[in-house]
Amino acid sequence: MEKFVRHEGLVAPLDRANVDTDQIIPKQFLKSIKRTGFGPNLFDEWRYMDVGQPGQDNEVRPKNPDFVLNQPRYQGASVLLTRRNFGCGSSREHAPWALMDFGFRAIIAPSYADIFYNNCFKNGLLPIVLSEDNVEALFQAASEEGFRLTIDLDAQQVITADGLALDFEIDEFRKHCLLNGLDEIGLTLNAADEIRAYEQRRQEREPWVFQDH
Amino acid sequence: MAGKTLYDKLWDAHLVTEREDGSALIYIDRQIIHEVTSPQAFEGLRLAGRQPWRTSASVATIDHNVPTTPFKSAADITDETSRIQVQTLESNTKEFGITEFGIGDVRQGIVHVMAPEQGVVVPGMTVVCGDSHTSTNGALACLAHGIGTSEVEHVLATQTLVAKKMKNMRVQVNGDLGPGVTAKDVVLHIIGIIGTAGGTGYALEFAGSAIQSLSMEGRMTICNMAIEAGARAGMVAVDQTTIDYVEGRPFAPKGADWDKAVAYWRTLVSDADAVFDQDIQIDAADIKPQVSWGTSPEMVVPVDAMLPDPQAENDEVKRSGMQRAYEYMGLKPGMPVSDIKVDRVFIGSCTNSRIEDLRAAAQVAKGRRKADSVKQVLVVPGSGLVKKQAEAEGLDKVFVDAGFEWREPGCSMCLAMNPDRLEAGEHCASTSNRNFEGRQGNGGRTHLVSPAMAAAAAVAGHFVDVRDL
Repeated sequence: MEKFVRHEGLVAPLDRANVDTDQIIPKQFLKSIKRTGFGPNLFDEWRYMDVGQPGQDNEVRPKNPDFVLNQPRYQGASVLLTRRNFGCGSSREHAPWALMDFGFRAIIAPSYADIFYNNCFKNGLLPIVLSEDNVEALFQAASEEGFRLTIDLDAQQVITADGLALDFEIDEFRKHCLLNGLDEIGLTLNAADEIRAYEQRRQEREPWVFQDH
Repeated sequence: MAGKTLYDKLWDAHLVTEREDGSALIYIDRQIIHEVTSPQAFEGLRLAGRQPWRTSASVATIDHNVPTTPFKSAADITDETSRIQVQTLESNTKEFGITEFGIGDVRQGIVHVMAPEQGVVVPGMTVVCGDSHTSTNGALACLAHGIGTSEVEHVLATQTLVAKKMKNMRVQVNGDLGPGVTAKDVVLHIIGIIGTAGGTGYALEFAGSAIQSLSMEGRMTICNMAIEAGARAGMVAVDQTTIDYVEGRPFAPKGADWDKAVAYWRTLVSDADAVFDQDIQIDAADIKPQVSWGTSPEMVVPVDAMLPDPQAENDEVKRSGMQRAYEYMGLKPGMPVSDIKVDRVFIGSCTNSRIEDLRAAAQVAKGRRKADSVKQVLVVPGSGLVKKQAEAEGLDKVFVDAGFEWREPGCSMCLAMNPDRLEAGEHCASTSNRNFEGRQGNGGRTHLVSPAMAAAAAVAGHFVDVRDL
């Protein structure tokens, strides 16, 4: 997994609540058997005027000029600012894959759906929770062209160009994994003996769980 | 000390180890695998040279991508990318020694229909799948929830998940459900009250006399949509209905194991003195047949209501969401639900494709015909076995006589990954679980309803109160 320590980048404001993973990456693009290449189809239904299909040349498709990511001032954005309950719906990890592949490294919102939030951390994408008021203030600030933010994961702060720092909470274990880009499976396998001991206890209590088929 | 909730008991029984930072490793008893969210997980195992921890913990089937018209082999799937995913699952399960119910197997079907039906999932288990509707399996008093593909790989490799304990929420529905009011109406009503993020961070137990009176199929419908209330896991405590359902299923414990299992399963109920972080009471008598009007499952009203006015909503974020939904849906505030015309009808999905759902739809369809204005009515059973049972009862004939189409099992038009989908602008009465923009096809407009309400809309050409038929 890619490390996340400190990041500075352009902010793109997506002023919608309850953005679901079907919107982040529509189902027709889930047929890939890879983890990469989803970026051009991020927010496909909002970004393009036609109906997207896998394998198309996305460069030549008609773009929706009103959609935020199509506006010239947000080209190269790497921080997504959005509203509450971002990432609700389907568990598809293709959603964080698409956001990362597009170039986003962090998201800022008042809240996220549980599964999406979890999936972000497996991919080095940092979902930051700030209060509704702070998010609103950032939306106001982002109306100014070229609004950038610095994210310092170690200090757990979102910092504006004029030095205003907003604190955020994050689970210790997840922070540790992100800062060091750790492979979670490798870490868990360090506890292999404990897993085996647990299995033995369970097998005595509930042998049917371990039945072969 | 306060008693334990059902979720507390399931959590404690699966705790492998706790870390100082508060995270924990929990043991996963069962992983269900399908073709869409697993290829990258198997690829990850291969790249790292890892083997599955315990192959007997996993069972696979195909559902998201498969056509619902008859096909004999993967080669018959015309969409190339779908075909590759189906073939990839087949080769991955073979390579790693995992049981798959594949093409032509009568047990093949939607993951969350197949698993309880086979007894692959029994009470007291932890169950995961790369699919958010895994919560369905919580109807069997399991801790069951969806995970992403990295976690699918993690469970394959370690049989555990890194987790943090959720909070406890209970929704109690007490009293008797009125005639024509089904499990689907109950869960839509609940989501209308607590909202699509109301359950975020919670394990959600459904309880109360109205829930206990439901069949296992009905309880699965309710737990299925826990995720639409934001709760990853929904669950219902064990009672005699649960035990009767599990008994005799192919993968269920037998003989002495059975007796031991039943004795343990009976303890899988929340203690009388258990404390919930949130406890919500709902009167069953208040619940009417529901119809969703917008682009989020919380945008739902009773069938006899008028569509709500965004101006009456005080929360600005919610108000703008409602306005956007009206624009997308092509509807107006204040219009009666019964004025919404329906272009297509979909009866199926992991929410409502079990035998009881098909019986309810058939009861309405019997002796009636679909309205001429309705272009298509799809009836898609949840598994090969549901299909067989329905045909044994003659339900297929009832549907065909009514002008409905009787199809092969799969996820179908719930998410339109296969050829079944809406055209832009079409309104669909759908027994599925999500009314998001474009979910059933680009520009399609979904209205979530129960199977009986869907069949009634098919016959009338617009929404009608099934209680008036």
